[in-house]
This record gives sequence, structure tokens and C-alpha cells, in this order.
Amino acid sequence: MTQTNEPAPQTGTGGLSEPTDGAATDPFLVVEDLTVKFPTADGLVQAVTGLSYSVEQGKTLGIVGESGSGKSVSSLAVMGLHDAKRTQMSGSIRVGGKEVLGLANDKMRRIRGREVAMIFQDPLTALHPFYKVGAQISEAYRAHHDVSKSVARTKAIEMLDRVGIPQARTRVDDYPHQFSGGMRQRAMIAMALVNDPSLVIADEPTTALDVTVQAQILDLLQELQKDFNSAIIIITHDLGVVAEMADDVMVMYAGRAVEFGSTRQILTHPEMPYTWGLLSSVPDVTADPEARLIPIKGNPPSLLKPPTGCAFHPRCPHMDKVPGNLCKTTLPELTPGEHGEGHVKRCHLPDPSAIYVQEILPEIAPDLVEMTINDQFPQKTGTGLVGDSPSDDALPKER
Amino acid sequence: MFGYIVRRLIAGVLVLIAVSMMVFAIFFYGPNDPALAYCPESRCTPQRLDNLRHNLGLDRPAPQQYVEYMSGLVKSRHIESGGISIDCNWPCLGVSFKYRVSVFHYLWDRFPATFSVAAGGAICFLIIGLFSGIFAARRRGTMADKAIVSTSLFINAIPYYLLALLAYLYLVQGLGLFPETGYHSPFKDGPFKFVGGLALPWLMLGIAYSTQYARFSRGAMVDALNEDYVRTARAKGLMERVVVRRHALRAAIVPVVTIFGLDFAYLLAGTLFTEKIFGIQGMGLAGLDAVQRTDLPMISAYTLISAAFIVVANIVVDILYSVIDPRVRLA
Repeated sequence: MTQTNEPAPQTGTGGLSEPTDGAATDPFLVVEDLTVKFPTADGLVQAVTGLSYSVEQGKTLGIVGESGSGKSVSSLAVMGLHDAKRTQMSGSIRVGGKEVLGLANDKMRRIRGREVAMIFQDPLTALHPFYKVGAQISEAYRAHHDVSKSVARTKAIEMLDRVGIPQARTRVDDYPHQFSGGMRQRAMIAMALVNDPSLVIADEPTTALDVTVQAQILDLLQELQKDFNSAIIIITHDLGVVAEMADDVMVMYAGRAVEFGSTRQILTHPEMPYTWGLLSSVPDVTADPEARLIPIKGNPPSLLKPPTGCAFHPRCPHMDKVPGNLCKTTLPELTPGEHGEGHVKRCHLPDPSAIYVQEILPEIAPDLVEMTINDQFPQKTGTGLVGDSPSDDALPKER
Repeated sequence: MFGYIVRRLIAGVLVLIAVSMMVFAIFFYGPNDPALAYCPESRCTPQRLDNLRHNLGLDRPAPQQYVEYMSGLVKSRHIESGGISIDCNWPCLGVSFKYRVSVFHYLWDRFPATFSVAAGGAICFLIIGLFSGIFAARRRGTMADKAIVSTSLFINAIPYYLLALLAYLYLVQGLGLFPETGYHSPFKDGPFKFVGGLALPWLMLGIAYSTQYARFSRGAMVDALNEDYVRTARAKGLMERVVVRRHALRAAIVPVVTIFGLDFAYLLAGTLFTEKIFGIQGMGLAGLDAVQRTDLPMISAYTLISAAFIVVANIVVDILYSVIDPRVRLA
């Protein structure tokens, strides 16, 4: 049987519980050994298992994975948005030092929106179609501030202006359907930030948007992060978004963290075959147009009956390099990677770096093999979003 | 918006004209010769029937008669009916063969009774139906939810006339829990008599109709509670009460408005079983009576008035849509 519950990883100074930059401040959000299960008619869905991570003020964590990997479920748990009657949760979630897991709804409500706010994937369905945009923003403000409607309205106009809605004074009275997709997401961001939250969870904030608008929204988020000094968790399946936004990256598969490290570590020295698969399936605009994307074979596993051992083993093309039946029988622990502190991965492969450089990299970016061996940063321009990412200076310039 | 209403009204009038033509055609080409109504079976000779037809104007071409009939909508008429000249004041939809009075005014006098039954019943079934539906939706899957759904199905399976009849026999005749039912004018007879006479009909309509509203609003509410914007409302940190009322209910009410508009129009056209069982002299009973006596002018007037209610209800529902949902543009 698989281990269903495991202790938080002990990986020295770095690791999932502490961000790599290791500043003295306490992380604003600490998630420890979080497990989320949904009882259904077909059985118990193990959506998230033994997940631990933390995010510091002013930092951005990217959570990457396919649909059903538990990335959204874990962040909805942080927001306390799971129906307590239909969800079994254990572990610990501390927001600003306070334990929020199992907090009564009326107490959790004061944290939601005020300390932790959320930006959802599709702003068209996430905004109420029957209420004016401004009214929805001032409603969020008034949920946490005892102010009059006119004060809240002024605040809403100010926020709309701040997120770059032109003529905010008149657009405040528009309905969501009168906004364009990008403007709707800007309004959603305004609504999330109106209470100056310390943590913003952005769940696929650009997935429903036009490619040309995606970059604008990401830029806006970064700009606002500087002003508000909030922590951001960005949930995405798009490694281009991660490259642009995140300080650290957590890769999730079948409800568990399978690799964690700084964005640079994950993008230059991934050590988990699932992460390799994600990198290989991202289109590279600078690559040979004839080159084919390499999708990950198979489908994400059922969380009703997750595979034994490493959950990725039924899809893993490198299983033969692991002695014995280890992948099928034993769940790999999160162990430190070979390139720097704080990088951990959940894999049995004996020498993942060598396999990556020799087998994976030549396929996805042949011209970068040399650079990577010399510890350079390979440039993934999946959505053309590389530009002012935090580690910009380390990036080779566009060819 | 204004232009939309005008266009809808014009379309509604066209529908009513079509209905009136159909009714008129039944009048002429249907199985019942109107003249027979004045010709007592024992002494009816073909000669006498022809005279009657001439007196009633039935021997003139149908279009001419139709135009004459419709002229009553704009002016008062004098109608020769069985040898007597009867004043039929505007709006005139003909004169009853049986009662020798303007059918419109005959039906209109009964409208307050029908309206009282319909409005009171509607208030009852909306309150019972919406509250139990929303309650069940918020406790989806629990015993309370299952109890509400199965109770509503059970009540729904009992024919309404049986339910109403049993209630009348046991609660009024048998146990005397309710006073004798019937319509009393709230102005002439006082509000207590008015409410007393209609309390049981309201309750029975409320129970019978509430079952479908309970299941309908439960479904709409379950859908609404699963909407992304309701999750957003929760994520904002709003109180659960506000999330349910302001965000979920507002969306769930839209489909309920549609069926309510039509249900209410049908109720206004007369609640046949209710009026018959509880002895309320309303329009439904008058319509039934007219059918039994082949009182053709009464039947056609009743049909036209019912059609008018349904046309108006549809327009009102559409206008309500645009008020509830700003995405709906009336154009």
C-alpha cells in the first residue's frame, strides 16, 4: 500500500517549508502536511496528500501541474472554501501565524478577502452577471470595512483606476458583460486587492484570456505585488507564466508535491520525469517550427485509487533506469536535488541530472545543452512572456 | 425598452385577433348551431329556425358578422337577441344566449373573486415553494432535503381535485376548522369574511402548486450555489446569509419567474376545480357553465379574456427578465 500520510519533508535548511531565499521573516502562509479528501458515491477522492509549503511576504510561489493534480484544491483549502460537510481535511494551514484549518465559517470569513484573496480563472463566470462591477468591488470592501456605500464606491473607482481600467469613474457602473475579457480580469484583480490582502492566490489567472492580454495581466500582477508587498501563489499549467512570475515553483502530481525549488532550479535542472514532461510539452516559439511537441503519455491517474508507489510510474518513461520494482512499490520521499539548496524532488532515479542533460534537453532545446552544462539558464519562451522576470539578468537574451 | 413593449403589445394584439377568428370559426362551423339555443326542442320547426337565424343575423356572410362582433371592442352595440334588443355597452363581446346580458360584463363582475383566489393562492405557493426549495438546496443530500423532495412528489401524485375535495369535506363540513368557503367582497362584507371564505382555497392552491415550485427552486438554487460567482462571493468574505440571498437567490429566481408568470395567468383565467369545490362564483365556473349550456358568446369571450391574460403575462415576464438580468436587452 501507498503511504497516505507522511511527515512534512525534512530537507535541511531549504525545502518545501522554507523559501530558498531564506530571509529572517516568518512565512505568511505555512501549509503543513495538508490532506484533502472528498467522499463521493464512488469512494474517497484523495485530492491532496501530505502537502507542505510556505510563502513569504512579497514572494511568489508557482504551483504547476495538470488538471486534477490538486493545485486548485489545495489553494481553495487555504481560502477555507471547501464545504466542511463534504470534505475531509487534516494537517495545518497557518495564515499570518493563525491556524485556519477547521476554523468556524464566521471566523474564516474575516480572513477571506481581507488577508487572503483569490483571483479566479474565468472572470466572466467569477463575476456576478447581475451586479455592476463597481458594486461588486465595493461589496468586497464593505465586507471588511465599516464604511458608507459612497466611500466604498470611491474606493472601487480608485482600484479600477489602479488596475488600468480607462475612465474608471464611468466604467464603475458597467456590468461585467460590458467589459472585455482582459478588463474583467483587471476588475477581478481590483476586487481581490481592494482590502490590501497579504496573500493573493491567482488560480490560472490568464488561462481564459487572449494571449495578447495574458502578458498585460501578468505584468499588472507583478507591478501590484511590488506596491502592496503581498505574497502571491500563482496556480498554472503554463511554465511560461511560472518563468515570468514565480520565485519558487512547486510541481504537483496526483495530489502530492513531486518537485520543489527556485524557478531557476526547476527550469534549468529539473530532476523529476514529470517536470521534464511538462517542459517538453511547452511549445517554444524560437524552436524549429517542424519540431513536434512531446506530450506526456497517458492520462492523470484516478484519485479514487491512486497508483501504488510513485503515482507517476504508469506514465514514466524512465522506470527501467530504477533498480527493481521500486517505482511500483515504494513512494519516493522528497529528497534534495543535486543543484543547490532548497531543491527537492520525489523520484527514485539514481542520476536524474545526467538523464536530463543527455536525453531530455537535446529534444526540447538542442541549442541549450551546452549552456545548461555550463549552468546557464535555458530560455523557455512558451508564451513569449520572458522579459522582466526576477532573475532576468541570468537569462540569455532573445536570439 | 419602450419600443420593445409597444412591439410586444402589437404582437399580442395580433395573437388575440387570431384567437378571436378561431373562436368565431368554431362558432360558425362548429357542431352547435347557435340558433338552436333559442329553439326549444319540442316546438322547433325548420321555419322557426330560419327565422331565428335571420333575427340573430346568422344568415349574413361570416366576415361581415366578424367585423360587427369586433366592433364591440371599440364601441357599444345594440344586439337583437331572440326578439329582444339588448344594450351591450363597451367593451362588448356579445350577449349571452342564456342570461341576455353582455358577456364581458358578466365575466368581469366575477373577476374579483377569481383574482382573489389566484393572488392569495400564488402568495401561498410562492412562500411555501420557495422557502422549502431553498431550504432543501442548502441542505442538499441531507434527510431534510430528501424529506422535502419526497413530500413534494407525494403531494404532486394526488390529483388536486381529490385533495381539495377531501380538505373541504373534512376541514369545513366535518371538523368545521374553516368557515364555509366562498367569495365575499372585502369592501362590502369586511376583510374577515373575505379572508375566512378564501383561507382554505388559498391553502389548498398553495400546497398543490408549491410542490413544483419547491422542486424547481431547489434545482435552480443548487445550480446557482455551484456557480463561480457564488464562490467569488464567499472568497470576498461575505457572510453566508448575504452569499445565499444576494448572490445565489438572485440568479435562482430567474427561471422561477418564467413559470410563475404563466401559472398566474392560468390562475387568473379561472381556477375551475377550486371554484367548483369551494363554491366560489368566479370566471372559471362561469366558463364551465357556458360550455355545459353551449352559450357560445360566453365561451368565446371567456377564451379571449384567458388568451389576453396569457399574452400579457408573457410580456410582463419578459420585462421582468430585463429588470433581473442586465444582460437581457429588450429590443
